[in-house]
Amino acid sequence: MGQNISRRAFLKGSMATAATLAATTIPGAAAVSKPDEETQLATLLDISKCIGCEACVEACNEVNADKYPQPQKPFPKMYPKRVPVEDWSEKQDVTERLTPYNWLFIQHATVDINGEEKEITIPRRCMHCVNPPCVKLCPWGAAKQLDNGISRIDSDICLGGSKCKKVCPWDIPQRQTGTGLYLDILPSFAGNGVMYKCDRCYNRIAEGELPACIEACPEDVQTIGPREEIIKKAHALVKEINGYIYGEKENGGTNTIYVSPVPFEELNTAIQKGKGKPHLKPVKDTMAQANNLAAAMVLAPVAGIAAAMGKFYKLAKASK
Amino acid sequence: MKAQHNHTANKQHRAVRYVYLVTVFSLMLTGFGQMPIFKRYYIADIPGLGWLAQFYVTHYIHYLAAILLLVLVPYMIIDYLILQKKSIRLTTSGYIRGAILTGILVSGLFLVVRNFEGSRFAPAFIIFLDLAHLGLVMTFLIATGYCLARKKQWTVYRQSDSGR
Repeated sequence: MGQNISRRAFLKGSMATAATLAATTIPGAAAVSKPDEETQLATLLDISKCIGCEACVEACNEVNADKYPQPQKPFPKMYPKRVPVEDWSEKQDVTERLTPYNWLFIQHATVDINGEEKEITIPRRCMHCVNPPCVKLCPWGAAKQLDNGISRIDSDICLGGSKCKKVCPWDIPQRQTGTGLYLDILPSFAGNGVMYKCDRCYNRIAEGELPACIEACPEDVQTIGPREEIIKKAHALVKEINGYIYGEKENGGTNTIYVSPVPFEELNTAIQKGKGKPHLKPVKDTMAQANNLAAAMVLAPVAGIAAAMGKFYKLAKASK
Repeated sequence: MKAQHNHTANKQHRAVRYVYLVTVFSLMLTGFGQMPIFKRYYIADIPGLGWLAQFYVTHYIHYLAAILLLVLVPYMIIDYLILQKKSIRLTTSGYIRGAILTGILVSGLFLVVRNFEGSRFAPAFIIFLDLAHLGLVMTFLIATGYCLARKKQWTVYRQSDSGR
């Protein structure tokens, strides 16, 4: 893994990106207003099937081990002192929450189903939002969204500022200090490592393989396919089991669709939440508010021109 | 009558100038707020500035200020071309700052399109846009600082009007 690229290589790469200008096209208004549903891959998780065996967690760790951080110690002294050191390198075996070394974990909820107490287990990882704020608001473009809907953080570029975690409605990305590009720039004053999260085995998918968690599951909890198809399957399953759906509308839509036999409000109350343990609350579309202002950006120049013409007309009338 | 017109025009110019300065300051502040620096360096700890560490708030205000700039720039260009060109001219530093500002606006508009659902920019192009937007803002800041120090204006009165 090229965790530490040199500053020169980074700058060279940045200059080279200018060349991609010619190859990039601006999407038309139709493409902007209506996302390409066919190419985004989504996963359906039928949590009534999950037995909490953690086969998916083990497979994820095994397959992605070479992507995990290898921090350099001692860590550079960081200024000001409030900048936290986040070191998981000595706790790589933690599997009960999300960490830079554990991108998928099983959440437990004890709920009442038809008067019977039952334990529900829920595989939790990045939701891979349709319009991911972690990708869109990353100030350096270190988080990327692939055409198939996967959002991933490029560990060669990420500076570990943790903005992606703060803008993520589920606080999914996790930071490891002492690794990444920031070490080659101003390690004491800017950046703090690299952010890590599920990349839905983008490299395996590119080679036509299934993500490790899906392949390893003995209960076939997960199904992967084009989003539109997966949404249809999810709705059919909801109808079949008289269940509930999560992830279809959350944050404007995600590519991780959960179907549960119990309402998600109940599950959200029952699960343990906190650092590295995401909630199951309803989530409004976080990118929508600012994006709705974009229409005003189209009208703004027209308003400016109209104001100037109005001034000209008024002056012309007055001088007559 | 002419004196009254000049007085009104001066008041309007001053108002536009203040709105422009407030808009550019807001854009700079909220633009730098897109990087996780204000909390790290205690600026968001200053009473009343806590919002600078809230990324969605700074993002929204950045968009609002950008809308205002997109009203102001065409207004000033049309005003200059139709009403002011006979009496004033853009200086070299004015052209340079105008060109940088245009670059900032164009790269910013590309980033607005990037933020839409379904936008399909290549990741490398997005990195280029991010760096270009920031780089141009830094250049604009340096140019503005230089022009302030050297008392260089955006526009000057034309020779024939200089006696006014």
